[in-house]
Amino acid sequence: MTTDSKTGMTLIVKTITRLTVGLILLFGIYIVLHGHLSPGGGFAGGVIVALSFVHLMLAFGKDVAVSKISKNLASNLESLGAIMFLSIALLGFLGGSFFLNILSKGTPFKLFSAGTIPLSNISIGIKVGLGLFAIFLALVLLEKAKKEK
Amino acid sequence: MELHILLLFMIFAAIIAIEVKDLLSSVIAVGAVGFALCLAFLILKAPDLAITQLVVEILCLIILIRATIKRDLPLVIEGRWVFNTISTLAFICLFLFFAWLALRELPRFGEPIMAVVKKYLQEGEGRTGAVNLVTAIILDFRAYDTLGEATVLFTSVIGIMTVLRRPGRIKKK
Repeated sequence: MTTDSKTGMTLIVKTITRLTVGLILLFGIYIVLHGHLSPGGGFAGGVIVALSFVHLMLAFGKDVAVSKISKNLASNLESLGAIMFLSIALLGFLGGSFFLNILSKGTPFKLFSAGTIPLSNISIGIKVGLGLFAIFLALVLLEKAKKEK
Repeated sequence: MELHILLLFMIFAAIIAIEVKDLLSSVIAVGAVGFALCLAFLILKAPDLAITQLVVEILCLIILIRATIKRDLPLVIEGRWVFNTISTLAFICLFLFFAWLALRELPRFGEPIMAVVKKYLQEGEGRTGAVNLVTAIILDFRAYDTLGEATVLFTSVIGIMTVLRRPGRIKKK
């Protein structure tokens, strides 16, 4: 993340972004992990994670963001999230039926409770976040390919 | 019994939709399949799905008819206004009659009939262990729904990746 490069926005935006983008990513991960305890969950947290990468791309230009996560990696991780969610659903067959909560429920209000629900939240968070980022990246790269022509 | 009749009707309409030569008739046959499916959902006690199917079906029918018809349909109104007015009034009366019948069946305000929701609210925390009841419902009781939503998102991402990819290589002859 160099501030002196020509791409991206001004120095002020870059400095503020460097300070805040990690916090935004961390907040998204927090929302995903605490989905079964507080408002939020996989969908909302995933969008916040995606927005942190979009923020990075808007401030520093697309090359910095692509160097963090390329389009192929984003789409692969998105597919991985989908497979994770489906395999959690299939794991329910160990207990007898589809989507059965087979892990122990734990005590309420603890982070490690509610069986498979946090795992489902994490997989949906990966899926939504990187899926949205992949869509954004595809739009940006299409614009670039048009200009090159 | 009704289900079997509906299923036979749907199969029959689908065969007509494939076999008929006229494109507009084919579209209308496809619409008939959709409306029969809507009735089947209603018989199977899934009114929410029936409403969704009805809305989607009407939208698809309009779009498909617009796509298949090249010219505008001529609207003949001269000399038939008596018939048109009478039929319009008759359909309005019919609609109001059935709406009155349906509205009488609605529960009074403040007396919900959704017995399932009570069960969710009372046993949700104990049976899933999740304190956030919204999460408990979307990821445990109604996880099928969430799987469908995730599939919709996955399909849309795949579609966008396919449509917006870089131009492919041109084959050299």
